[in-house]
Amino acid sequence: MKILVAVKRVLDYNVKARVKADKSGVDLSNVKMSMNPFDEIAVEEALRIKEAGKADEVVVVSIGVSQCQETIRTALAMGADRGILVETDQEIEPLAVAKILKAVAEKESPQLAILGKQAIDDDSNVTGQMLAALMDCAQATFASKVEVGDGKVDVTREIDGGLQTLSLSLPAVITTDLRLNEPRYAKLPNIMKAKKKPLDVIPVADLGVDIAPRLKTLKVEEPPERSAGVMVESVAELVDKLKNEAKVI
Amino acid sequence: MSDYKAPIRDIEFVINEVANLQEILELPKFKDFDVETVSAVVREGAKLSEEVLGPLNKSGDVEGATWSEQGVQTAGGWQEAYQQFAEGGWCSVAFDPEFGGQGLPQLVSTAVQEMWAASNMSFSLCPLLTQGAIEAVDNHASDSLKELFLPKMAAGEWTGTMNLTEPQAGSDLSAIRAKAEPVGDHYLITGQKIFITYGEHDLTDNIIHLVLARTPDAPPGVKGISLFVVPKINVNEDGSLAEKNDVRCASIEHKLGIHASPTCVMSFGENGGAKGYLVGEENKGLMYMFTMMNQARHAVGIQGYAIAERAYQQAVAYARERIQGKPIGVKAGESLAIINHPDIRRILMTMRSQVEAMRALACVSAAAFDRGEAHEDPEKRAYYQRRGELLTPIVKGWSTELGVDIASLGIQVHGGMGFIEETGAAQHYRDARIAPIYEGTTGIQAGDLIGRKFIRDGGQGLRELLGDMKAVLEQIGGKDHSEMKDIKAALEHAIQSVEAAVGFLLKVDDPRVPAAASVDFLMLMGYACGTWVLAQSALAAQAKLAAGEVEEVFYRTKITTVLFYCHHIQPKTVSHLQALKHSQDSLILSESQL
Repeated sequence: MKILVAVKRVLDYNVKARVKADKSGVDLSNVKMSMNPFDEIAVEEALRIKEAGKADEVVVVSIGVSQCQETIRTALAMGADRGILVETDQEIEPLAVAKILKAVAEKESPQLAILGKQAIDDDSNVTGQMLAALMDCAQATFASKVEVGDGKVDVTREIDGGLQTLSLSLPAVITTDLRLNEPRYAKLPNIMKAKKKPLDVIPVADLGVDIAPRLKTLKVEEPPERSAGVMVESVAELVDKLKNEAKVI
Repeated sequence: MSDYKAPIRDIEFVINEVANLQEILELPKFKDFDVETVSAVVREGAKLSEEVLGPLNKSGDVEGATWSEQGVQTAGGWQEAYQQFAEGGWCSVAFDPEFGGQGLPQLVSTAVQEMWAASNMSFSLCPLLTQGAIEAVDNHASDSLKELFLPKMAAGEWTGTMNLTEPQAGSDLSAIRAKAEPVGDHYLITGQKIFITYGEHDLTDNIIHLVLARTPDAPPGVKGISLFVVPKINVNEDGSLAEKNDVRCASIEHKLGIHASPTCVMSFGENGGAKGYLVGEENKGLMYMFTMMNQARHAVGIQGYAIAERAYQQAVAYARERIQGKPIGVKAGESLAIINHPDIRRILMTMRSQVEAMRALACVSAAAFDRGEAHEDPEKRAYYQRRGELLTPIVKGWSTELGVDIASLGIQVHGGMGFIEETGAAQHYRDARIAPIYEGTTGIQAGDLIGRKFIRDGGQGLRELLGDMKAVLEQIGGKDHSEMKDIKAALEHAIQSVEAAVGFLLKVDDPRVPAAASVDFLMLMGYACGTWVLAQSALAAQAKLAAGEVEEVFYRTKITTVLFYCHHIQPKTVSHLQALKHSQDSLILSESQL
């Protein structure tokens, strides 16, 4: 069985995002970029399935600028077998990502595609769902447990108010939640080996996919600063403020 | 307390743009690596230091290692962290791939060692000592000993220790008394060793002790000392563990700092003798130890600026958050964070500029080790070996002395809160204090610098270094930026100080005078070398700015930091020169008058 994992290069989760002066987006010049944390979990899960003897190959795909190769190498250093970069300098929206991944999946025919449930930059949380729809296959989002069986996969999902377990027939798309696993640290010898693992770079045009943007960003702003709190004299005053000022009760 | 953040960008700047990693990776020995792979190594090391080692630093200090009859228990979390560290392959970054090492340059090893020591100095000592033991065995032991011990040590499955010191034999190892009686293919070792770092612990199944001892008919003094491999648990020929050896940890020390690193009293042969295997030939033990001493001293030098970096990070974080008063010249408005006060700025710049100088010097020295080992031209190899040997006592002595001073400044920024343990600034100061002592005190480093590294080679290594310093002056040339003029003037001053000191030392007749002058000479050399490597940093930064490099703030900051060093720190070469010229003063009062 082959597993396809999608990884996105995003602003490192430790870095405080700053909005560009012209409010056109987040300033990404000279800031640390890393693999989207949910995607790290996806890579880790794929590797665990492989190590359990239930998959033969883990292929990592990223879409974006040339530097995304570093992100792919990170996954290769963790233990993935090979990488594919669909290279483009354009901004790619979730639907286009799903279409590109579908085109890659048609070439690779994986039994399982594992994606992070969302990327921490735009928090869209739609790519996995759209990919499953385009591939016309089963999907299980927000996975907190994955068990691969014969021709099927059982996925426990985190849903409002509890857990839901689904059994999907393969091929299928899974998106990962935080509690699925704890990603490993890359081992030094594997970091060295990662350089020698195959990494194909495909120009996005070669896939013949329509990536034209459907959305227009009007402006990007910092969240408003929290205003200072006030001390209240009594419970009655608190209730009054909550009712009449904040209008929350 | 602030969390440790590995200064990846600063480290990469130094290894790539000052120490010229690319050129080292072009040497045949390192051709398998490229700059991107090294960057991936540094980044993964940063992750491990920030997420695994850093969070254990304070709890380890509070809890410490504990001793019982059954052995030594390391602080909570140590076992899991060690396992992750060893499984990650970090125990043997620069070691020979033949026995399972990664074969990376010393320059890269220097970069990651900084992060281990900064995030958790107590933890970092365990792999550091193993590395020293590995080198001693690799360089001098027989093939059969290498095959038996090295693969497990390189993989971190077994750790290593260095058993040198005895109660009466510290800096003077000629006084060693531990005995080694030959019996068949091995020796029986008896005696007591003290100050043995990680001499006993619960991290691995076995510990491989390297022990200095005397054979029965050995000549007295340093020429009668041999080196032995003494495993905690004996090892069968197939590498499996056999019965326990006659080695015991009698107690551990209560120390000022590095509480989580067990400092052991080791007792060998209480029941007849511990089985030991001779490394190389009899009576050459001290010489073998010296071949690896440079590496060990270099590593302790790294600890000096690693702790200083950590103290700096914590001081900056506190200075940003502590609101107190209004800075000079500000009348209206609310009180501001103390980072706005000019004097706090001065302290932070003093810390930062010296950390950058020490890091750059250690990396330049590590690059000399790599070239000295792997350069294709034998003359160049010899040249760089001399350079590495000359810089080592400076990196060790100067960086560890400054490490203590800077950790102390870190407390100062915190004011009264810095004196309170919970704040965390005090731990860095306590931990830093051992670095100018172990692996040879600052006095021993200074003696090594002035004796072995300067007088013995007729000043050749030092003349070559001065030549390179002057070459940087030429590179700066007539650059008309006023900041480069100031940097050039500082480097000229530093060179003059070194030349004046050398001139003085070569003229004195009384051999006690150079000895009394040695630490001033070492510190002078440190500040002068710091000026030299920072001038190179400024040149590199300026070239990037001139080329329209995008990281303008980063490179501008580099130059400003160098300028601060040139204006505020470099002049210390002059005060050390003054003191050095009057070294006779220390010798006037008699012993009874002191």
